[in-house]
Amino acid sequence: MAKINTNSNVYTIVYATILVIIVAVLLAVVNAALKPRQDANVALDQKKQILASLNERNLGDQLSEETYQKLVSEETFDSLTYYVAQTEDGTKFILPVYGAGLWGGIWGYIALNDDKNTIYGTYFDHSSETPGLGGEIKTEAFQNQFIGKHVLNANGEFVGLGIMKAGQTADGMEQVDAISGATITSKGVETMIITSIQAYANKGFFAKTSSEISEAIETSETSETSETIKVEEE
Amino acid sequence: MALSEKTREAFLGPLNKNNPVVVQILGICSALAVTVQLKPALVMGIAVTIIVALSNVVISALRNTIPSRIRIIVQLVVVAALVTLVSAFLKAFAYDVSVALSVYIGLIITNCILMGRLEAYAMSNGPLDSFLDGLGNGFGYMWVLVVVAFVRELFGSGTLMGFRIIPNSWYVANGGVYENCGMMVMPAMALILVGCVIWAHRSLNKEEEK
Repeated sequence: MAKINTNSNVYTIVYATILVIIVAVLLAVVNAALKPRQDANVALDQKKQILASLNERNLGDQLSEETYQKLVSEETFDSLTYYVAQTEDGTKFILPVYGAGLWGGIWGYIALNDDKNTIYGTYFDHSSETPGLGGEIKTEAFQNQFIGKHVLNANGEFVGLGIMKAGQTADGMEQVDAISGATITSKGVETMIITSIQAYANKGFFAKTSSEISEAIETSETSETSETIKVEEE
Repeated sequence: MALSEKTREAFLGPLNKNNPVVVQILGICSALAVTVQLKPALVMGIAVTIIVALSNVVISALRNTIPSRIRIIVQLVVVAALVTLVSAFLKAFAYDVSVALSVYIGLIITNCILMGRLEAYAMSNGPLDSFLDGLGNGFGYMWVLVVVAFVRELFGSGTLMGFRIIPNSWYVANGGVYENCGMMVMPAMALILVGCVIWAHRSLNKEEEK
């Protein structure tokens, strides 16, 4: 067979066309074949993330599935999705949050106690933040900072939390430490929490009936006393 | 199996005398980005090594058929298709790994080392030599990343691979006199460190200079 001129116009066009068709078909076939498995993985991962916000981490696939089925149910509040978990420590409300980091999307789940104020646990994740910098929002060390913080102010209004660099104080809300070297991602988390949960606040998620208000006052007085006792014991 | 001189050189060259980062000055961007900690640096190094080696083989096998005018585009298509396939398989069969790696995928495709080796080596050499060249360049890239990340994580955070090395009690906040070197977390310091590695490398390889 005579050697084909690989630089001729016809050859170039035919080659490019065939290459594109082969790659497109290959990618389409592989994606279609793998999609069911991938979707199952994604669904399981979301359940693991919700469990992580309940401080149940590293459970493995089967145990995660079982624990999720046992504890968590999905609810809607005026067209907004949230999750309710019945744990040993009481009822928890889990709100999904979405936002923008430096390079891409960030998201997470905030688990609140049944007072809809104190944070029980959090989980944050990202798609393209830099590993070691913005990527640190995925670590337990960053997420555990939020435990015990309050998202409502003294008047019961939703204010969120500040994520502050060393030496700075948040105005009118509680705060946690930002990640050094990752200011934009840290501020992105702060904005994400405030904006996402504000949507729930605007629809009345945090509104209290008058009996809930007096119950809350009683509970906070008792818990303050027990906290003082704990400190002295240590 | 005795490897020819050329084949051995394809693998050993990039580890030292023809190192992609230190001599060819390729792949600097990711060398600065992922070396804040040791673990991401290792993951990135391994990922780049695999992709460079595999795409080198594919392009080398196709090299006599690729029209010269569109060769860069064809190389890009092959690399992008390869990375997409690898990541699709990982997402289906090893989901945790795929999530951890998804952040690096964008960084791998744009790594200059990839296009550099495909154009400079795979287009003119056989598949076995190209595969070894890819492995060599990947490992050469990886050791530079590991050195820079080692220094940056140790002096920037006091940890290595996440394990605390510098005791907590040494820190000023806990009554000691030590503070982490904040500059280590910044990319500027990474560039200075890469410069230091180049300096050390050139001094040790003086006889190569003309």
